[in-house]
Amino acid sequence: MRVGIDLGSRTIKVAAMCNGQLVDHQLAESGFDPYGQSMAMIKKYEAEKIVATGYGRHLAQEHFAQEVITEIKAHAIGARHFFPDCRTVIDIGGQDSKVISLDEQGRVANFQMNDKCAAGTSRFLEIMAATLGFRLDEFGPAALESQNEANINSMCTVFAESEVISMKNRGIPRKDIARAVHLSVVNRLVIMLSRVGFGRKIVFSGGVARNPCIVHMLHEWLGEAKVESSPAPDLIGAIGAAIHAGKC
Amino acid sequence: MSSTAFEVKAYPEMWESLNMDVPRFDKARQMLGEVYGKMYLSQPDRPQNMAYFDEMISEIFGGRIKEMLDVKKTGKPVVGTFCVYIPEEIVVAAGGICVGLCGGSQGPIPDAEKILPRNICPMVKSAYGFKAGRICPYFQIVDFVYGETTCDAKKKTWEILDRLVPTYVMEIPQMKNKRDKTLWLEEVKDFKAKVEEVCKTSISANDLAGAIKVINDKRRALQRLTGIRSANPAPISGKDALLIEQIAFYDEPVRFAQKVNALCVELEHRIANGEGVAPAAAPRVMVSGTPMALPNWKVHNLVETAGAVIVNEESCIGTRYFKDLIDENTSDIDSQLEVLTDRYMQIDCSCFTPNNERVDQVLKEYKDSNAQGILHYSLQFCHTYNIEEIKIREACEKEGIPYLSIESDYSPEDVGQLQTRIEAFLEQIRG
Repeated sequence: MRVGIDLGSRTIKVAAMCNGQLVDHQLAESGFDPYGQSMAMIKKYEAEKIVATGYGRHLAQEHFAQEVITEIKAHAIGARHFFPDCRTVIDIGGQDSKVISLDEQGRVANFQMNDKCAAGTSRFLEIMAATLGFRLDEFGPAALESQNEANINSMCTVFAESEVISMKNRGIPRKDIARAVHLSVVNRLVIMLSRVGFGRKIVFSGGVARNPCIVHMLHEWLGEAKVESSPAPDLIGAIGAAIHAGKC
Repeated sequence: MSSTAFEVKAYPEMWESLNMDVPRFDKARQMLGEVYGKMYLSQPDRPQNMAYFDEMISEIFGGRIKEMLDVKKTGKPVVGTFCVYIPEEIVVAAGGICVGLCGGSQGPIPDAEKILPRNICPMVKSAYGFKAGRICPYFQIVDFVYGETTCDAKKKTWEILDRLVPTYVMEIPQMKNKRDKTLWLEEVKDFKAKVEEVCKTSISANDLAGAIKVINDKRRALQRLTGIRSANPAPISGKDALLIEQIAFYDEPVRFAQKVNALCVELEHRIANGEGVAPAAAPRVMVSGTPMALPNWKVHNLVETAGAVIVNEESCIGTRYFKDLIDENTSDIDSQLEVLTDRYMQIDCSCFTPNNERVDQVLKEYKDSNAQGILHYSLQFCHTYNIEEIKIREACEKEGIPYLSIESDYSPEDVGQLQTRIEAFLEQIRG
C-alpha cells in the first residue's frame, strides 16, 4: 500500500492506494497540532511508502514521510490520474490558489500562485460567508441565485471585508453581495489563467470545486473550455502524492 | 567553528560616541550573529578562505568601523552610497572611502513608516529607517550621502533623508543617447568637484589612474569568482558568493581583492579535484533582478535549503557591479573622466528605457554560468524591474529556460509560499 498525505493549511487529506486504485481516504481539520493529527490518520495503514505534500510536508518528512513533493506537482499528478489528457489545473487551497499548466506528458510546465495574502483563497470565502451569515455549503448556491451585478474592488481580505460591511449597510441584499464575493475570486483566477495560458480541459481541484457559483462563473468566462470537477476534489493532492509513491 | 560560536562583536563605547541607539542596536547585532551562524556556518564543505569573510561579518559593526574612523582622522571623507552608479574611483582617488549603506533588513522599516509611505520599496524604507533609528554605524560615520535618481522612491526620499544627514544627488540619465552621456559626464565632474571640496584636495591624473586600477582589480577578482562558479559541481555556495558580493560594498578594496583572489585559488584547486559544495546533480539556478543588500539572504537560503545551488547573481549586488571595467590606458584627467563615464553608461539598470541589453546580458550569464533555470527576483514596488521582468520572462520562454519570478520584501510572512514556489520550480528543473 502507498499512502499520500496532503497537510494543507485548513485540512489534512490522506489517500491510500493499491494497484492504482484508491482503497481508503480521510479528511480532517489540520487543527493546532497537524503532526498529531496526521499521525492519528496514518497509523491504521501498513504503508510501504508515504509521500507528503502541502504546507506541512516538511514536518511530515521529519517524522514519518519518506519523500515530499510540492502541492503543485501533487495536483498535477492527481489531476492526470482522473483526466489523462488535461493540460490545466486550478486549485483553490486554504491559503493559496494556483493555476498549473502541464505539458503533454503531464509534467508541470508553468504555474502561478497568488501573492502573500488570502485574496482568492478558500479562507477568503469562509470569512466572507461568515460575515454575511451563510453556512459555507449555502454560500455558493445563494450567490448563484442573485441576478444583480455588484462588485468588490479590493483584492485584500481585510479591505474586502470592510467593503462587504459597507455594502450591507447600503442595504444591498446579501445574495447580491455573495455574488460579488464569488466574482472577485473568479476574477483572481482569470488573471492567473490568462498569465499561464490554458487548454480546453481544465481540472478544478480543492474543496471550492464543489462551489456551484464559482464553477458557473468560470464556465461563463471560459467559453469553449470545459471545467472538469473530479469525483473527489479535496483529495487530488493526496492522491497525487500516493501515486508518486509508486506502484505496489 | 560551530554554528553556535559565531558572534558579531560588540563595540558599545564606540557606538555611543557615534550617537547610536546602543541598546536597540546591540539586539540587532546579536540577531545578525545568530542568523549568520544558522544560515552560513551550518553549510557543509565551506572553503577555508571563507574565514576572512566570516571575520568581516564578525567585525562589521566594529573593526571595519574603526578602520574608517582612522581614515576620517586624516581629514578624508567617508561617502555613503546606495547605487552602483556612484563612481567610487573618484572617492578613492581623493583618499576617501566609499561605502554602500545599510538597507537590507526588516528591523528599521517601522521607523521609516513613521514618515515615509508604506507602499514603497523595502530597501529605501529600510535605509531611511537605519538612519532615523540611529542603528547603522556606517550611516553614523559618513560625512555625506550621495544618492541618485534611479527610481522615484529614492529620489524623493533623498529630500527627506537630507534632514538627517547631508545628502547630494547625481542625476542618472534615463536613456542612452549622446546627450545623456554628456549629462552624465557633467554629473561625474560635479561629483569630483564636490569630493575635492570636502577633501580639500585636487585629484590628479595620477591619483585617478591609481584608483581606477584599485577598483578595476576589485571588479576583476569578482569576475574571476563568477567564472569559477560555472564549474559543476559548484565549488562554492551561492550564499557564500552573495555574501562576498555584499561585502564588496564596505570592505577596503585592495585587501578585499587579495582575499577574493586567495579564495579563487582554493576554489580552482577544488575544481581540479572535482570537489564541490553540492552534488553535481543539484539543480543550478541563476538569480536575476534587484539587489539583495546585506543581510538579505532570504531567497538564496530558501533555494539552497531545498537542495539547489545558486551559480550567478545578475544584480547590482552581483555582476552588474563588476562586469564592466574602466580602460586603464589614458593618462590625462579629461580622457580618464571620459572612459570612466563610458564604463558607467554600460550599466544595464532597468531605470533606462529601452534597456534591451539587459535581456541579452541575462541570457549570456545564463549560458556562461551553466545554469539550468532563472529565478527573477524583484523587490516589492520596484516598478522598473517588475515591468522589465515581462521581457526577461518572454526571452526565457523563447529559449526554453525554466523560469520563476518572485516579488518579495524583507518580511518573513511569505516564506511558506515562496518555499512551495521555489521547490516546484526545482521539481520542474529536475524533470
